[in-house]
Amino acid sequence: MIQQLMTRQQVLDLYFMEARAKLIDLGAFLDRVERASGDEDFRMKAFRAALTELAKANPHKAKSILMALSDPTTEPIPAATIKAASGAWPGSG
Amino acid sequence: MVSRVTDDYVDMVTAGCLAVCEPAFWAGFDRSSVHGFYDYFCQLTEHEPKRAAKFGLPHFTWLCINPKESEDVKLAEEVLAIIPKFLDRPNVLGIGEIGLNKNSRNEMKVLEMHVDLAARHEQLILVHTPHLEDKWKGTRLIIDVLQSDRRIKPERCIIDHVEEHTIQMVLDAGFWAGMTLYPESKCTSARAIDMVEIYGNQRIWMNSACDWGVSVPLAVPRTALEMRRRGHSAEAIDKLIYQNPARFMSQSPRFKLPKA
Repeated sequence: MIQQLMTRQQVLDLYFMEARAKLIDLGAFLDRVERASGDEDFRMKAFRAALTELAKANPHKAKSILMALSDPTTEPIPAATIKAASGAWPGSG
Repeated sequence: MVSRVTDDYVDMVTAGCLAVCEPAFWAGFDRSSVHGFYDYFCQLTEHEPKRAAKFGLPHFTWLCINPKESEDVKLAEEVLAIIPKFLDRPNVLGIGEIGLNKNSRNEMKVLEMHVDLAARHEQLILVHTPHLEDKWKGTRLIIDVLQSDRRIKPERCIIDHVEEHTIQMVLDAGFWAGMTLYPESKCTSARAIDMVEIYGNQRIWMNSACDWGVSVPLAVPRTALEMRRRGHSAEAIDKLIYQNPARFMSQSPRFKLPKA
């Protein structure tokens, strides 16, 4: 059972300014990428796909965005050649 | 906490933390031999408890070779062979943080070896799940490994670093779910509280990332503050940040807290 202690107005009062700042940061990031020369890689393709989740009438947007950036396969890879994660699944490119 | 300064212990005690629980993890670089792990396990079971005790903070730990160093199966076998020598140390709660990093076959093999070690020695298990794009797949693979060993009881395992796309599968399988809090890039305080409000507060705990990257040892107390701002009761906050972790770790006979 979902426990929602705050009204929508209270959620907005507590989190709107923070979300607004993040939204502007996101726009500035996209502008920065698009001003720069060269090609985009698989990360931006996945990023743009994940962005579309924000506009959907879906009560689990955070989960959908995470899934859009995730490796959807189920078999182990042959070997780990790097340690770091890139934030998006290269296979989606 | 091997990756933190003593001031962090002071801050934790000042904020009301009653114990610190430190898993074996990556050193920020790959250790070159089993001897490096021997020294590390001594640090976790001898030196760090003393450093924390100076400020009245009980220190507990978990032992393993972490997933980032699990591609080398021979080294992993050597490290696993020395772990039993440390399992009777008074601050050792179990095997962890084991798990996966890039979801490779060798990482899977070493994970299975750790699970077998924990089962043979009746240890609690703390599991690390991969970050970012590898988390969903890795969490599925980890649950498969744990469920395929009939000796493993889900209520004695905590699967850490859950996020919105993995928490449901962890809880549905009967495991504890851990939410490691980060100031950026991963699970924030606000998202952790969202998950508690959606999925409930049973078999869930929160912990502060205290590693080599950007992290905040007081993330749990700060999340408690944010819960208060949202209107959560003192009892609900206490259950999440104190009662729940104490309930899980009390399954180890070595977990004892001084009376408040």
